[in-house]
Amino acid sequence: MSQGTIENFSALAAAIPNEIITHSLVTDVSLPGGKRLALLTLDNGLDHSKPTTLGPNTLIELHGVLTQQKARAAAGEIDALAVTGKPYFLVAGADLSGVKHLSSPEHGEAMATLGHAAYDLLADLGVPTFAFINGVALGGGLEIALACTYRTVSSGANGIGLPEAFIGLVPGWGGVYRLPRLTGPEAAMTVMIENPLNNNRSLNGVAAAKIGIADALFEPADFLERSLLWAGGVLDGSVEVARPHAVDPATDPEVAARWAAAATKARAFIEAKTSNAAPAPAKVIEAFEAGATISQAESAQLEIAALTELMQTNAFHNTVYAFLDLTQKRAKRPAGAPDAKLARPVTKIGVVGAGLMAGQLALLFAKNLKVPVVITDIDQARVEKGLAYIHGEVDKQLAKGRISPDAANRTKALVTGSATKDAFADADFVIEAVFEELAVKKQVFAEVEAVVSAECILATNTSSLSVTETGRDLKHPERLVGFHFFNPVALMPLLEIVRTEHTNEVAVATAFALGKALRKTSVLVKDEAAFVVNRILLRLMGEIANAFDQGTDPAVADNALRPMGLPMTPFTLLAMVGIPVAHHVSGSLNAVFGERFHVSKNQQVLIEHGIKSLWVPTADGGQEIPASTLELLEFGSNPSTADELLLRTQDALALEIGLMLAEGVVAGPEDIDLCMIMGAGWPMHMGGITPYLDQVGASERANGKKFHQK
Amino acid sequence: MSPQSVNTRTSARQVRDVVFVDGVRTPFGKAGDKGIYHGTRADDLVVKCIRDLMRRNPSLPPERIDEVAIAATTQTGDQGLTIGRTAALLAGLPQSVPGFAIDRMCAGAMTAVTATAGSIAFGAYDVVIAGGVEHMGNHPMGAGADPNPRFLSERIVDPAALNMGNTAENLHDRFPAITKERADRYAVASQQKLAAAYIAGQIQPDLVPVAARRPGEGWDLHTADEPPRPGTTLESLAELRTPFRAHGRVTAGNSAGLNDGATAAILASADAAAELGLPVKMRLVSYAFAGVEPQVMGIGPVPSTEKALAQAGLGIEDIGLFEINEAFAVQVLSFLDHFGIDQEDPRVNRYGGAIAVGHPLASSGVRLMTQLARQFQEDPSVRYGLTTMCIGLGMGGTVIWENPNHADFGKDA
Repeated sequence: MSQGTIENFSALAAAIPNEIITHSLVTDVSLPGGKRLALLTLDNGLDHSKPTTLGPNTLIELHGVLTQQKARAAAGEIDALAVTGKPYFLVAGADLSGVKHLSSPEHGEAMATLGHAAYDLLADLGVPTFAFINGVALGGGLEIALACTYRTVSSGANGIGLPEAFIGLVPGWGGVYRLPRLTGPEAAMTVMIENPLNNNRSLNGVAAAKIGIADALFEPADFLERSLLWAGGVLDGSVEVARPHAVDPATDPEVAARWAAAATKARAFIEAKTSNAAPAPAKVIEAFEAGATISQAESAQLEIAALTELMQTNAFHNTVYAFLDLTQKRAKRPAGAPDAKLARPVTKIGVVGAGLMAGQLALLFAKNLKVPVVITDIDQARVEKGLAYIHGEVDKQLAKGRISPDAANRTKALVTGSATKDAFADADFVIEAVFEELAVKKQVFAEVEAVVSAECILATNTSSLSVTETGRDLKHPERLVGFHFFNPVALMPLLEIVRTEHTNEVAVATAFALGKALRKTSVLVKDEAAFVVNRILLRLMGEIANAFDQGTDPAVADNALRPMGLPMTPFTLLAMVGIPVAHHVSGSLNAVFGERFHVSKNQQVLIEHGIKSLWVPTADGGQEIPASTLELLEFGSNPSTADELLLRTQDALALEIGLMLAEGVVAGPEDIDLCMIMGAGWPMHMGGITPYLDQVGASERANGKKFHQK
Repeated sequence: MSPQSVNTRTSARQVRDVVFVDGVRTPFGKAGDKGIYHGTRADDLVVKCIRDLMRRNPSLPPERIDEVAIAATTQTGDQGLTIGRTAALLAGLPQSVPGFAIDRMCAGAMTAVTATAGSIAFGAYDVVIAGGVEHMGNHPMGAGADPNPRFLSERIVDPAALNMGNTAENLHDRFPAITKERADRYAVASQQKLAAAYIAGQIQPDLVPVAARRPGEGWDLHTADEPPRPGTTLESLAELRTPFRAHGRVTAGNSAGLNDGATAAILASADAAAELGLPVKMRLVSYAFAGVEPQVMGIGPVPSTEKALAQAGLGIEDIGLFEINEAFAVQVLSFLDHFGIDQEDPRVNRYGGAIAVGHPLASSGVRLMTQLARQFQEDPSVRYGLTTMCIGLGMGGTVIWENPNHADFGKDA
C-alpha cells in the first residue's frame, strides 16, 4: 500500500477521535550469534487494567513502522523482526468501543483493508518475522501473530482465540485463511466456531502450542529471553521448526476432504447452538471453505467484503452493546445501587429452610462468602437431610478436583443446622427459601424477627410473591429485600435485588455487596410481580401456550421463535421450569396483570395427569407429543402460522417491557437486556431483547416508539 | 529426600567438603531512571539467574536444592518478603525448596555463600543456591534506614562512616602513600582489564540475558554490562569532581558506581556434586569476616584475609589469584599495600573489577567467585585464590578457594 493510500485512512482515523493508541515501539536487539532483530513492542503506555487494542490510528502507526522496517530489511540492517506486547497482552483485539462507531460501509471497508495492509507487511517483510505471544491475543491480536513467519507462546498466557463469530464478525484480518493451515481444519473450526459460541471460550498458551498455533512454548518467568534465543536459533539454523499439524489444502486431497468435513460439522454445531439466528458464524464457515482453494490475497478480498457487510449488521452492533455496554460496564456498576460504603458487614448468614433451594443457597454463601451459614427447618430430620445434601455437593466437587480438601473441610464446617431459629440470633443476613406461599413466609419472618437484631437484613427468595406483602407485619420492614436467584443457583449469573417502598439504603447496599461477593450480576428491580426475567419469560410462554391451545400445530408453535435464536424452545423451557410451577406463576401474574398472561387449561390437565413434558424423545432421535397426551387436551380452531406467532410474541414482549419501564420495574431497557442475557441466556446478537424489538419494529407497533433512540 | 540421611545424633560428625558448582549473573546496569533496569523488578533479576543456573546444570534435580539464600541490603518492596523464598517460588523451584533473605550490605551474596557453605559442611544441606541482588535505582543506598541516635551521641560510629565515599576519603588520609594519581591509575587499569576480558569472551559466558522494558519504551535484551567505560584515561579521570570532599581524592571514576544487578551460584557438598554429576569449579578452603573502625571500612579485607589465611594454614604468597571488590580504588590499594602486592600485579582482578563493571551491593560477592572460578579453569597453575570485599559499617569478608584443575588438588599441601 503506498503512502498515498494510507492517507486515505485519515478519514477513518478521524471517525474514532478518542482512540487509545497502541504504539509500535521498536528496539534493535543483537541476538547471541550476531543476528540483528528489530523487536516491536505493542504498548498503549497504560497498566494491565487497560488492554492494548487495535483502532485505525494504531494500525496506521503499525503500518508506518513496519514499512520502515521493511526498508531496513531490504537494506540489510535487520535480519528479522519480532512482535510482542506489554505485560499480559500481545494485543486484546480490535477496539470494539471505537469500531462500533464506524457507521458507514466505507469506514468499515477501510478498517478491514487497513488491517490487511499492516499484517501483509509482517507476512512479507523480506526477513523472517516472529510473534512472541506473551499474553492475551484475541481476534486481530492473534491475527498479527498468525501473519508472522514463526510464533512462540508463553505457558502463562491466557485469552488466545478468534472470537469474531461470537462478536458478530469473521476473523477477517487473515486469521480465517492462516489458522487452518497451521492447525489443520478441525482445530481451526474449534477456535473459530465452537469456542466463540461456547460462551466465548479461549485457549491458554499450552493449548495454543499444542494445536499448532505456536511453534514453541516457554515459561513466563523468562519468556521473552527464551523466545529471543529461540529466534536466534531459528535464524542460524540450529533450531528446527516442526509443524506436525500444518496442512495445505491446495495440494493434498485428503486435507481438502478433512476441510469439508470440518465445515459440515461446524455448520451443525452452529445450527444447534444458535438456530442460525445470527449471520456471522455462517460467514466464518463460508470464508473458511472458500479459503481452501484460493490464494491469501484472494481470501483477503473475501474477508474484507464479509467484514464490511457484517459491521453493518444489527447482530454485530447488538453484540457489542450487550458485551461491552452491558456485561463489561453496566453489570459492574449497577443502576440504582446505593453507595457501597453503606453496606453492613455480613459475618454470619441464616437460611430458613433445608430444602433443595435452601441447600443451594447455603452452599453458595459458604463457598463464596466464607462466613458461617446456619440452615433451619421445622424438624431435625429435615435439617439433617439438608446438611447431607450440602456435604454431598461439596464431596462431589472435591472428587472432581474442583476444590482442595482444605477448602472442602472449610465449607463443610461453615454450614451448620438447627431445628430452632435461635441460631440466627447473631446473624447479619437471614434469607428464607421456604414454600412459595405468603402466609408461610410471613410466619417465618415473624419468628426470625423475634430472634435477630433490629439491624439484621432479611431477604426473601420469592420468585412470584409480593415482597412488600411478605414484610407487611414486620416491625422493621425497612430491612427486607427480595433476593431472587435463578436455578441452578451456582451456575446462573443473575441476581434480581428487589426493593420495596420501605426498603432502606443500607439493606439495598448490603444486598448488592453480597451479590458482588457471590460473583453474581445484580440488577435492582422494583417490587412488581415476577420482577423481570420471569415476567418476560412467562409472557412469552403464555403467547405460545395460547396459540397451542387455540389449535396451532405444536411444532409450529414451539418453533415459531426460532429466528430469535433463544437458547431453548418454549415447550422445552416449560418442561425444565416444571409445568406446575409455570402454571402456578402464570395464574399469579394473570391475577395481577389480567389476560395478558394466559392461563392454559391444557396445562392444568397435564399437571393432573402427572405429565412433565409435552415432547418426549422418539426412537429415531427426534421428538413427538404422544397421542396419549394429545387425547387429554382440548384445542380451539384458530391456529396461527409461525410468522403470525413470531410477530404476535414480539409485540407482546415489546408491550410488556414498555409497561415494565413505565412502572419503573428497572432503571432502563439496558437492565431488561442485562437480566435476559444473564438470567435466561438470551443471545447477545439480540442485544438481550430490546434492541431486537426496536429492529423488528415491535417497539413502535406496540408502544409507538423505540426503546433506544439513536 | 536430601540431605543424605546421616544420623547426626549418633554418628561421629564429619565436616564435609564444599564446592562451588556454577555461578551466573545478570548484566549490571546503571541505577536511576536512565539505566537499563529502570522499570525492572529486583526479584525478577534474581529469578532469571536461578532459572539460568538450573538450565546450565540439567543433572541437578530441582527438588534436591536444600536452600535458596538471597542477599539484599534493602529488604523492602521488590527486594522484600524474604526474597530467597519468593525468588525460589517465582523461579519455579518446587514448593518443598525453602529460602531465606540475608543482609551484610556489600557482602550479602558472599555471606549467603559462607552461611550455606557452613551448613553444607555441617551436614544440614547437600545443594544450595546462594546469591544476591541490589536494584539501587529502586532502593538507593540507606533509603528507609533509621540510624540509632546513640551512634552519634555516644560516638559509637563517626557520622562520616555512614557515607561510603567519606570512608574512602578517610582511608586516603590514613595512607598518604595512596595518592589520587595511584587511585586513578588503578581505575584506568580496571576499565582496560574488563574491556580486554570482554574481547577475550571471559565475561559473557556467565551472563544471563535479561529482557527489560523501560517506561515508555519497548522491550530490549541486555547481554552486556552497562557501566563500563572502556575508553577511560588518566586525563579524563583527572577532570572529575570529588563529591565527598572539596579537593578530595575520591571520584566517580575511581569508585564503583550505583548499580542494578543480581547474581546466583550453586554450591554443594563434594559428595553430592559427585553423586549428581555436577561440575566442581572451586573447593572452599576457608572463610572469615572481621570488623574494623566503621569510618575506614575499606580496610576491612585486611584482617578478614589474615584470619582466613590463618585458618587455612596459608600465607599470602600461596594465593595465586585475587578477586577483590573495587568499591573504591583506595580500598583495593590499601589491601595490596598491606600485603606488599604491586597494584599492577597480574594476580589481581584479571578481568577488572567493580570500578568498571559496577557494584550492585549485595550481589557482588558471587560475581567475584564466578570470575575466580573461570580464572581457575583458565590457569591450572594456580592452586589457591581468594575473593574478598570491604563492607559498610567497618567489616571485611574473605573466602579462600582451591583450584580443582591444579595438579595437586586433593593432596595435602
